Amino acid sequence: MDINRRNFMKSLGFAGVALTVGKSHGAEKKPEGETEFYGMLYDSTLCMGCQNCEFTCAETHGLEEPEDEPEAGVVRKTNQNRRTVINCYETSQGEAYIKQQCMHCNIPACDTACLTQAMHKTKKAPVIWREDKCMGCRYCMISCPFDSPKFEYGSTNPKIVKCTMCADRLREGKKPACAENCPMGAITFGKRRDLIKEARKRIHDDPEYYHNHIYGEHEAGGTGWLYIAGVPMNELGFDTNIRKKSYPALTKGFIGAIAPVDILLPGALLGIYAATKSPKEEEE
Amino acid sequence: MKEKANTLYPQRKINGTVGFLLNELKPKGKIFTVFNMISLPIMLVGIVLIYIRFSQGLGAVTNLTQQVPWGLWIGFDVVTGVAFAGGAYVLAFLVYILNLKKFKPILRVTILNGFLAYLFYSGALLLDLGRPTSVINVIIGNNFGVSSVMFLVGWHFLLYMLALLLEFSPAIAEWLNAKKAHRILSAATLGAVIFGITLSVLHQSGIGALFLMAEDKIHPLWHNSYMPLMFVVSSIFGGIALVIIEGSISRKVFSSQYDESHDHKSILHGLARICAGGMFLYLVMTVLVFIHEQNAVYLSTTWGAWYLVEILGFVFVPMLLFCQSCIKPNQIVIKIAAVMTLLGILLNRMNVSIIAFRWDAAEAYVPSWQEFIVTLTIIFIEIWVFRWIVRRMPVIRKSPDWAKDKH
Ligand code: SF4
Ligand code: SF4
Repeated sequence: MDINRRNFMKSLGFAGVALTVGKSHGAEKKPEGETEFYGMLYDSTLCMGCQNCEFTCAETHGLEEPEDEPEAGVVRKTNQNRRTVINCYETSQGEAYIKQQCMHCNIPACDTACLTQAMHKTKKAPVIWREDKCMGCRYCMISCPFDSPKFEYGSTNPKIVKCTMCADRLREGKKPACAENCPMGAITFGKRRDLIKEARKRIHDDPEYYHNHIYGEHEAGGTGWLYIAGVPMNELGFDTNIRKKSYPALTKGFIGAIAPVDILLPGALLGIYAATKSPKEEEE
Repeated sequence: MKEKANTLYPQRKINGTVGFLLNELKPKGKIFTVFNMISLPIMLVGIVLIYIRFSQGLGAVTNLTQQVPWGLWIGFDVVTGVAFAGGAYVLAFLVYILNLKKFKPILRVTILNGFLAYLFYSGALLLDLGRPTSVINVIIGNNFGVSSVMFLVGWHFLLYMLALLLEFSPAIAEWLNAKKAHRILSAATLGAVIFGITLSVLHQSGIGALFLMAEDKIHPLWHNSYMPLMFVVSSIFGGIALVIIEGSISRKVFSSQYDESHDHKSILHGLARICAGGMFLYLVMTVLVFIHEQNAVYLSTTWGAWYLVEILGFVFVPMLLFCQSCIKPNQIVIKIAAVMTLLGILLNRMNVSIIAFRWDAAEAYVPSWQEFIVTLTIIFIEIWVFRWIVRRMPVIRKSPDWAKDKH
């Protein structure tokens, strides 16, 4: 899809670009259901906060090893040196752990925001960042509802850093490193649809134990990472009031209005010009 | 420009043209003015800071955080600056499209102002980009992010700069005494104006649309789905307010260039009336949005008070002042109202992009002194260039006789 679109756009020539944009491409990507995305299911009730995922992530991507540990009352954050963190929260059901990283949204705000498509939702699932395209404008950071992309402020050639769902490993047919190395089996990799089924089953089999909600099934229009836990996700540092439709839908109306305005307004202006031009002046 | 002049006037010796340009490069006017004495040291520090920014990264001079990735350079220089530069398209609309010849004397200087503003704001934007050389990707199509608001804003912005340059180019031709070029460039003006207005409406609104996806991050009092529309409307009176202030300063600084046959007062009153109308429309929209979004619950908070300061203090009050001056013309009142209007626009844009952005963040972003100095540096360089041009080209003063009957 991407290649076709690129060639198509190139062939239009640059004047045409701005004009055709609104009509031929809405802000929305393919609706879900058409694409069979992969995803990750994280089960907070199984996680014991061993940070194995953090260490293996750092190793796989050549990042610094974490030095601090999850602790209730302390919110650790992802940053330019770590793509995922495990946090501990004191919840109504006692202490619980939660993993955080880019959610790999089905219709990601960052991808739509990015003016060079450096942020890019691949067909399989991972949302990746492409170094050769990014210009470091940080609009992806402004737009991402989960504040996932991080920026290397200390670098003269800064990168945008976030979880890539180990897109390179997926290409080799392997699982993401964290899913492979979780000793508790708290992280499952698979087809998103199957993961939702699995999550439902777990909740169904043990309704006392699980809070009946799959975070990420509908949040932000559906995300690649799905979460189940023993308590509502807002007790674990997640925003449960987040919109259930995709974020790019918010700019769809504006993007759609651009082409008509670009085409109609000049005509209208010319009309007014002709109307206000007094005949006397034409003689002059 | 040099080349163009040469091809057009082969008979003119190269020496003559080069000599003319070299001569024009020399400073005209006093060097030891208060403005120069203040701006020079700041500009020097600013240039050092810009060097540090490129040799050590953005973190070395800015206070930006992972949660607030856009600071003063975007929030003030770009988001606010573009609204302030709105006068150029509004005046072009009045003079060329509505045929209100009254405003013609101030058109050129406004267009020049707009063009320079855009030129320097895109400079500020480049400073803020982490990987500025990759900006070329947007133009060569590596790749075109066609569903990105910023992509569309960027292109409209860029094309509008060209339109402004074209609108201003007859003045350059008059300066260089290039008669043939003048004729061609003047003929292109109407087209440039029409596309310029279209491009402006879209990028002014686009700047508001940039923040649409930041729904959870901007305080609900400032975030709504009508932001694009509100941004265009406020750019009308924001731009005109700047024209009023810029005009009153220019009249003092470049007094010798003014030709007293211009009806300065009637221009000023006309501008005041436009501001009053624009602000009234904006207030009505603000109230409708406020009701529609059910924002009343926030009014009792500190943010609510801050919001009221912006809307009542810096939109409603200056609107009343403008209205009053429509009934009983008073230049001082108009100028005060214009300053307040500018402050209101500044508040609004800063609120959306910085102050109320991640209003709930644990670590608030406060711009560093370096960010302020660099911002001032950009503004000062712009004013220096503006002054250089006004002293040389027919911007405020009348066009040479040979160019009069045109346009
Ligand atoms: S969580 Fe943020 S960075 Fe990750 S895909 Fe969604 S919008 Fe993009
Ligand atoms: S910072 Fe890079 S990846 Fe993010 S929106 Fe800008 S160009 Fe795209």
